[in-house]
Amino acid sequence: MKKLLFIFIGLCFGIIMYKSEAASWFRIYEMFRFEAFHMYGIIGTALAFGILFVQIIKRYNVKSFDGNPIVIAPKEKSFSRYLLGGIIFGLGWALVGACPGPIFVLIGAGYLPIIIVFLSAALGTFLYGVLKGKLPH
Amino acid sequence: MDFLFQPWHWFVSGFLIACTMLFLLLMGKKFGMSSNLRTFCAACGAGKVNSFFKFDWKSDVWNLLVVIGAMLGGFIASHYLSATDMPAISDATKASLSSINISTENQYLPVELFSISALSDIKTIIILVVGGILVGFGARYAGGCTSGHAISGLSNLQLPSLIAVIGFFIGGLVMVHLLFPLIF
Repeated sequence: MKKLLFIFIGLCFGIIMYKSEAASWFRIYEMFRFEAFHMYGIIGTALAFGILFVQIIKRYNVKSFDGNPIVIAPKEKSFSRYLLGGIIFGLGWALVGACPGPIFVLIGAGYLPIIIVFLSAALGTFLYGVLKGKLPH
Repeated sequence: MDFLFQPWHWFVSGFLIACTMLFLLLMGKKFGMSSNLRTFCAACGAGKVNSFFKFDWKSDVWNLLVVIGAMLGGFIASHYLSATDMPAISDATKASLSSINISTENQYLPVELFSISALSDIKTIIILVVGGILVGFGARYAGGCTSGHAISGLSNLQLPSLIAVIGFFIGGLVMVHLLFPLIF
């Protein structure tokens, strides 16, 4: 049952990503050229409600469905890994016009060349694991 | 029902993305898509080569289920909820596209990069491979991608996520403004 619920959440997320056009290369290109409000509207709205939801969870100690407290683990303190990692990610995001979520959505939508992007992203993740000790964190 | 078949307004989309995060939190999980790439590596046996992938990936199977759902969602949205039209991007963007030889009479994704026939050009394959590696490497180095940092992390007002998102934009702006004219 719980498994079906996760698939259902993913299914809704996939439809949202596709229909919002956040999964389209064109919208990402347009965003980085500051030529439309669309993507900023999506991220800004998601963020405004996201902050609201997280604040409500914290203030009223909202429990998860199975009764446990909801903990959002803080990220470890660092500067270089977030900035450098972020820049590398941003280069790729703009080039292929897809971040990890939309990569899966677009494979489902039938864009087979995205499978190359997915396998390369998995390879990139693997390379990070191999080089982790040599990188500034 | 007609609104379902039109591209969705940014406000509706943004609100629903926040709801996706809220539901995952209420399920006792978190909203982060790039973690699946690490889970995928681990499931393929990368733990034998490298300790970064030696973890109990079976406890992250829930996230792989979300991914399967996302693929189904992409299938449903593209086949039953829309014409696979090109997004209604601004005229300024259309003008700049023609300067990098990408047609503005196009589909949801540019056929110049994401059609099967485009793969006959080795340059297209190199672009997709390099882009994918950058996305996968960068997301793990930064500890998250758009969902984990830009939505979840910033919603929790985490400084590391703000730094990462600034990095996303530096990288994106450099790619589109400085490197695209060299690549395309």
